[in-house]
Amino acid sequence: MDIPYVVQPRPDTGIYNAKAGIWLFLASEVMLFGGLFSAYVLLRVGADPGTWPHGWQNVTLGTINTLVLALSAVTTLLAWVACKVRQFGKFKFFHACTLLLALTFLCIKLFEYHDHLTHYEIQLTDGRIADGHMMENNPNEDYVLIDGRYVERETDLIDLRAQKDIREAEIKIPRAQIKDMESYGPWHNDYLALYFTLTGLHALHILAGGIVIGYLWGPGRKLWKTEPEHFTNRVEVSGLFWHFVDLVWIFLFPVLYLT
Amino acid sequence: MSDLKTARPHNAPSVSEPELSGHAVDFNSYLRRCVYVFVAVLCSVSLMLWASYLPQAHFDWPLKVKLILAVACGNAFLVAGFLMHLISEKKMIYTVLAFTVFFAAAMMWLTLYAMQDFPAGTTH
Repeated sequence: MDIPYVVQPRPDTGIYNAKAGIWLFLASEVMLFGGLFSAYVLLRVGADPGTWPHGWQNVTLGTINTLVLALSAVTTLLAWVACKVRQFGKFKFFHACTLLLALTFLCIKLFEYHDHLTHYEIQLTDGRIADGHMMENNPNEDYVLIDGRYVERETDLIDLRAQKDIREAEIKIPRAQIKDMESYGPWHNDYLALYFTLTGLHALHILAGGIVIGYLWGPGRKLWKTEPEHFTNRVEVSGLFWHFVDLVWIFLFPVLYLT
Repeated sequence: MSDLKTARPHNAPSVSEPELSGHAVDFNSYLRRCVYVFVAVLCSVSLMLWASYLPQAHFDWPLKVKLILAVACGNAFLVAGFLMHLISEKKMIYTVLAFTVFFAAAMMWLTLYAMQDFPAGTTH
């Protein structure tokens, strides 16, 4: 049995079924990310003055990722246009570009996660705090080695944008002086919990979109030989999802990196 | 993405190889449009970065956040309008989006409203 309206538009909606389906799916995605953005607004507005972190993210990497996703949105669209004008070679090229850009985005994101998870805030018995990236943490040794700095109060670590000249150096801390030690993971504070949740969910969407695009570029392209219009519609639907993922990042970047 | 204007209707039979060259102009005009959109996105990202580094003494965070989010909305309009073709879509899609915007806005509003609506004596 043939599935109806995979190529021709339905008379009542004016669009083919898969396109109606993807827009309904994207509507549910808006509510999913909208809920998380609401949580962000709630926690940020409710935070005590001077306690919301600023400058905790690498803005350069965030900007590169923004441009990578924007470029991938363009290549996705051009892949679809190439299908429309029956230039399959161009489709393969542009979709390959999209895949590479998606991979680049994920690699940069993983690097950022690694950077956060190896960054430690160490409370010392004398009341000071050592903050920096862990270089050596061997349980058999009676010290830990970090590349960082000492601060007097925890509030000195909140607004890094306001601190012009942060000097870091190799610091050897005896374990006997350590009161508490915690990495900058999602458990560290509300901001990082939101950061990991929002960007993690977004990265999962990138991964899922990348798998679909990879399928269309690889084994799924057999459909092009028999039903090019049907294949083109599949490319369009995957492209709409990809643009949505780009749209989400357009708001994540300023919210988490710039403000 | 809406229907692209090509020389051949979608349901027409496949064209032969020599006829394909007739579509080259359409592709190039689309490519040009994509370049414009990408340059506009680059400009808006630069604007957001500039706004985020405005001196704290004259521009406090709430003001900066509003400015940056306004630019982000413009950026989102470019992507949704031109890359997702929302500026010329079918009525059904606009209807779905209208409901989505309504419920998303209501969810945001309810969240903020709930912050002011603790029963007397509640601590949090």
